[in-house]
Amino acid sequence: MAEPMKIRATLQGDTADVRILMRHPMETGTRKTATGVVPLHFIQSVLVEHNGKTVLDAQWSQAISRDPFLGLRVKGAKLGDKISVTWTDNKGDKRSDDVAVSAGT
Amino acid sequence: MKASVKIMRRNFLKISAGACAAAAGLLQSGAAWAATWNKNGFDSKTAVDAQNSLGATNLIDSRDITITAPDIAENGAIVPVAITSKIPNTQSISIIAEKNPFPLAASFDISAGGEAYVSTRLKMGQTSNVRAIVKADGKFYTAIKEVKITVGGCG
Repeated sequence: MAEPMKIRATLQGDTADVRILMRHPMETGTRKTATGVVPLHFIQSVLVEHNGKTVLDAQWSQAISRDPFLGLRVKGAKLGDKISVTWTDNKGDKRSDDVAVSAGT
Repeated sequence: MKASVKIMRRNFLKISAGACAAAAGLLQSGAAWAATWNKNGFDSKTAVDAQNSLGATNLIDSRDITITAPDIAENGAIVPVAITSKIPNTQSISIIAEKNPFPLAASFDISAGGEAYVSTRLKMGQTSNVRAIVKADGKFYTAIKEVKITVGGCG
């Protein structure tokens, strides 16, 4: 159901620059359409792991923009390391994707 | 539990005329809450309540926190905000958009030794201060930056 994320992790020195783009409506629960108010629907938590070890544990409100972007840096990363991202929304929907750290330009 | 449901409903009725504010009543429908999700904080309607929910009652102004955000954001639905903390042992970074109906926008827990930098995009209803609260070694540090909003992004 949930659409895949776009994740890019590029190595800069010993730090991986990670950019994540999620696909999610992030409804505030107040937007009105012809058929009524669109119910609250947003990503609540995002977990970022580096080779299976948690590096960032985010809690979000509906104030994060639609199709959320998250950028972070992971210290001590090496080429080919696995960066995995999991989000969970307020309806219990989940999505996990991972990517290998690639060489920076 | 029942009492709190009632209060939520009352609040909901009270504010259902308001544009953004109605979300509180609908929060009840969410089934699976993450165990760590700071419900009190995210339900807070004032920046002060949101701060208190983080345990940040004694804030120290810090120049070691950098908030990267536009001075003027044309579209309140997408306000890029990045926070960098140079404070050693930064444990968490929270972002509060002070005049949003629910000011607490996000909290990021950073694992030990992690880089204290996060970047994301917020919705902002109106021109307001964006406050970063950084927890490091059990103390709370803060910095603010005003972002002017041309068109609100709430709804």
